[in-house]
Amino acid sequence: MVRRLPRLVRHHGPGREPAMTDSVIPPDGDRAQAQTITLAKAINMGLRRAMENDPKVLIMGEDVGTLGGVFRITDGLRKDFGEDRVIDTPLAESGIIGTAIGLALRGYRPVCEIQFDGFIYPAYDQIVSQLAKMGYRSAGNLHLPVVIRVPFGGGIGAVEHHSESPEAYFAHTAGLRVVSCATPADAYAMIQQAITCDDPVMVFEPKRRYWEKGEVDVAAPFLPLHSARVVRAGAQVTVAAYGPMVRTALDAATAAEAEGRSLEVVDLRTLSPLDLDTLEASVRRTRRLVVVHEAPMFLGLGAEIAARISERCFYHLEAPVLRVGGFHTPYPASRYEEDYLPDLDRVLDAVDRSLAF
Amino acid sequence: MTDIAARPAADPDLAALAAPVAERSDLVQLLTPEGELVTHPDYSADVSADQLRDWYRDLVLVRRIDTEATALQRQGELGIWASLLGQEAAQIGSARALAPQDYVFPTYREHGVAWCRGVDPVTLLGLYRGVNLGGWDPTEHNFHLYTIVIGSQTLHATGYAMGIQRDGAVGTGDPGRDAAVVACFGDGATAQGDVNEAFVFASVFNAPVVFLCQNNQWAISEPNERQTRIPLFQRARGFGFPGVRVDGNDVLAMYAVTSAALERARSGEGPMLIEAFTYRMGAHTTSDDPTRYRIAAEVEEWKLKDPIARLKAYLARTGLAAEDYFSAVEGEADVLAARIRRACLEMPDPDPRTMFDHVYVEDHALVAEERAWFAGYHDSFVTTGPEESRP
Repeated sequence: MVRRLPRLVRHHGPGREPAMTDSVIPPDGDRAQAQTITLAKAINMGLRRAMENDPKVLIMGEDVGTLGGVFRITDGLRKDFGEDRVIDTPLAESGIIGTAIGLALRGYRPVCEIQFDGFIYPAYDQIVSQLAKMGYRSAGNLHLPVVIRVPFGGGIGAVEHHSESPEAYFAHTAGLRVVSCATPADAYAMIQQAITCDDPVMVFEPKRRYWEKGEVDVAAPFLPLHSARVVRAGAQVTVAAYGPMVRTALDAATAAEAEGRSLEVVDLRTLSPLDLDTLEASVRRTRRLVVVHEAPMFLGLGAEIAARISERCFYHLEAPVLRVGGFHTPYPASRYEEDYLPDLDRVLDAVDRSLAF
Repeated sequence: MTDIAARPAADPDLAALAAPVAERSDLVQLLTPEGELVTHPDYSADVSADQLRDWYRDLVLVRRIDTEATALQRQGELGIWASLLGQEAAQIGSARALAPQDYVFPTYREHGVAWCRGVDPVTLLGLYRGVNLGGWDPTEHNFHLYTIVIGSQTLHATGYAMGIQRDGAVGTGDPGRDAAVVACFGDGATAQGDVNEAFVFASVFNAPVVFLCQNNQWAISEPNERQTRIPLFQRARGFGFPGVRVDGNDVLAMYAVTSAALERARSGEGPMLIEAFTYRMGAHTTSDDPTRYRIAAEVEEWKLKDPIARLKAYLARTGLAAEDYFSAVEGEADVLAARIRRACLEMPDPDPRTMFDHVYVEDHALVAEERAWFAGYHDSFVTTGPEESRP
């Protein structure tokens, strides 16, 4: 039953794909203050609002000040909030997180930018051994409200170390919260929710979607940070994704609809903790689940979700939970990435396999 | 076979550095091993007789705490203990220079600093007994939890100091407001990337942090030569701030230099590195056997530089304290040791259900689920009784 559809989109670079349509994800609440902006701008606006709301919020990272970050996420913040609050740090990722911990102990709420996913590993020790554990070690005497923003994932034709998906390492670590936004509206909300949270939060931002536009209503109420959301209702197979793959899953659902197949798409949004209740409810309806992420499948989020949904929905499943993800290779050279990365066809292939059971 | 790690023979700077430390003028010392006061062109300690007697008491009591804890480990009451034996003056001298608003980030061996920050010695034992991972409230004592990963805390200290700057608590001239941070670490830690990153951050941001390196000569089994080719205090220069080597067994010199470094930091002049040149008289921890890697003669040589003996000699010779004072301190040490022992033995094991506490500040669905599951599992044994439930 495996068949290939013509590719709808070729991933040669950012910004070439059509924007996610408003009809796919209906905005909440009053639309009076809605505006159509890029995901990058939405994070920028969220950061700005957080800094206005709380003078203890600091931005720190490499090139985040004068330059506004290599992705311009912090554009204009230094000018308006000054260099004491928007800190260009030395090029040392462990130093960024380590000093952010110290600033948090002094009562600040640092928001650290790791410039690219593949540069986070020098900070891994400070994140996993110090940041994640310090509140626990202190028996609750210390709070570490540190946010780590990580532009992650591939699809931008970059050189190595610029396209990775390391989220499972951190979701595996107790003490960290891990979320990923897929739309400008969520990006705007989730960065603010992460900043007001008293625990360390890692925000994985889909860098190849930075330039995609969507509607953001600054007056709309926020969905709870740790909740998944059904972003397209369907009947036959649930496709769960997060970050950059939500768009891919939605595209697959549109393509499937043309063939008379009805896919339900769940934007997981939160990776630690997972919102399994929302996912379970969807799978009980559709009886089939495909989990999609860019990260390698082996021991990735999909593996955990498959295990837990199998446990919760054993008598409701018509097929094993299937995964679509990266392969067990290092992230390959960019001329391979169109084949390495999950795309619409790989999702539909898994949907076919699920339905064939 | 060529010794690839050999030093270049013809380098005069390195040759000079090979001279014994005591013969070099770059060691700040105010009280000799024989208990004689000496002067130094840059540093002096303006201290009262009461302070000296108090410091003697501090030194004796923390050594006693250490001895008792080692004994408790040997008797199976502690899982491990990291002895501070020989480093008492480096810790008491530096910690007595702290202002209440200063903050300290320790390693796992800073029992003397903990003492000066008012952390009950019994509380220190919790970590080593395994009933908790720290046990004191760092904000209550301005004394962070012990950090076991080597060097990590130097970055926390630097970040904390950057926070002090942002609070406007540097360079105001108000002695009750201006604050600084002390980052403790050892000679082994100087090879860590984090320590070097801390030096860079502190330097470029001019953060009010004093880097206090207790060079006890040994990183478990590895000597200084495996960490550095230059004296550690000279590293500071490359990072752009002053470094000074102090006789770490001289409580007066430690107090004088740390006071100056803290004052410098509080007034906005930035970081400084203090290398407290001392010696780890005991094993790295109770799990270590130093006879496998160092010779007894070296230890014997350092016994002659004992930090307590030299202060006692000075106090006795000058008449600032007499035998009745020394015996009173010994008596106090006996009482303290007995109290520590009793409290250690009485320290209860934690309720297993509390292992889920404080993983997060706010609710986390997975922890909540596992906590609930474990409680039911645990209580099922309690209900039926462990003996009856197992054949």
